Amino acid sequence: MSGHTVEEIEQEKRKYWVVFIALVALTAITVGVSYLHLSTGAAVFIALLVACVKGGLVAGVFMHLISERQAIYAILVLTAVFFVVLMLGPSFTRMGGVVG
Amino acid sequence: MQIPYTVEERPDTGLYNAKLGIWLFLASEVMLFGALFSSYVLLRTGDPGFMTIPHGIAEHLGGHEGAMRWSQVLSVPLAFGNTLVLIFSSVTMVLSWVSLRLKDFGKYKLYMGLTILCALGFMVIKAIEYNAKFAHGLYPSAGNFLAVYFTLTGLHALHVVGGLVVNGYLWGPGAKMWKTDPERFTNRVEVAGLYWHFVDLVWIFLFPSLYLL
Repeated sequence: MSGHTVEEIEQEKRKYWVVFIALVALTAITVGVSYLHLSTGAAVFIALLVACVKGGLVAGVFMHLISERQAIYAILVLTAVFFVVLMLGPSFTRMGGVVG
Repeated sequence: MQIPYTVEERPDTGLYNAKLGIWLFLASEVMLFGALFSSYVLLRTGDPGFMTIPHGIAEHLGGHEGAMRWSQVLSVPLAFGNTLVLIFSSVTMVLSWVSLRLKDFGKYKLYMGLTILCALGFMVIKAIEYNAKFAHGLYPSAGNFLAVYFTLTGLHALHVVGGLVVNGYLWGPGAKMWKTDPERFTNRVEVAGLYWHFVDLVWIFLFPSLYLL
């Protein structure tokens, strides 16, 4: 955990507000881009890219993953591996057709 | 019996136990939401008509089949508003923890109170959204997209309610611990915060993938 003196904690507070402004701006960008009517591929890529940046800010700063203990990183590496397998699952699947 | 490692770090993990516990729980949460999200991707990429509103329902909504997509029935402004509410609540949550580290209990009550109000605001907006769907007969049974939409947003909303209960306890009766064991209480708020930021993080991915794409 970083920041133990009062000055360091005060600095941390400013950092949280900066991240808040960045998150609001990125949300506005996501919504704005959705009105541009881009191709599906480009729209998905940009939306997920912005979401990943936002998610990274929340996890890295608010959940202070930037400076955490090894044990937590170990848990998260394992989680990430299984998550990727879950996400890749659909691309290994041959659909017989889904009725809407 | 004294519960070990509520404040001091365990020598082998370098963490107090609740922190390790919440991260293990969040890892399981990633798999829960991940499985549902993966199902959404599978259904959406596997069925070309997944996003198309069937004729009968489209007519009822004032459009016609082929021209209307399910994402059109969702309210982007309401979801955008809810995104801002959750992001703001994440800041107030982390500031409530910072306030305790600065030994400022009054500020803690203020920021935690704001976090709770934001969570309530999120639920009110969500209720308005759901009611607007139900008023048009748009239930989960109306189509696969709506089934996915209600499952994902409903499960997320349940997590918001869970956060409300925990944060409400830490703001109200649970706050008594500040007088008897301030360090342990500060850790409790940190752990509740980690959960709350995760709820925010899930919404950050749900918002574009359900409402905007």
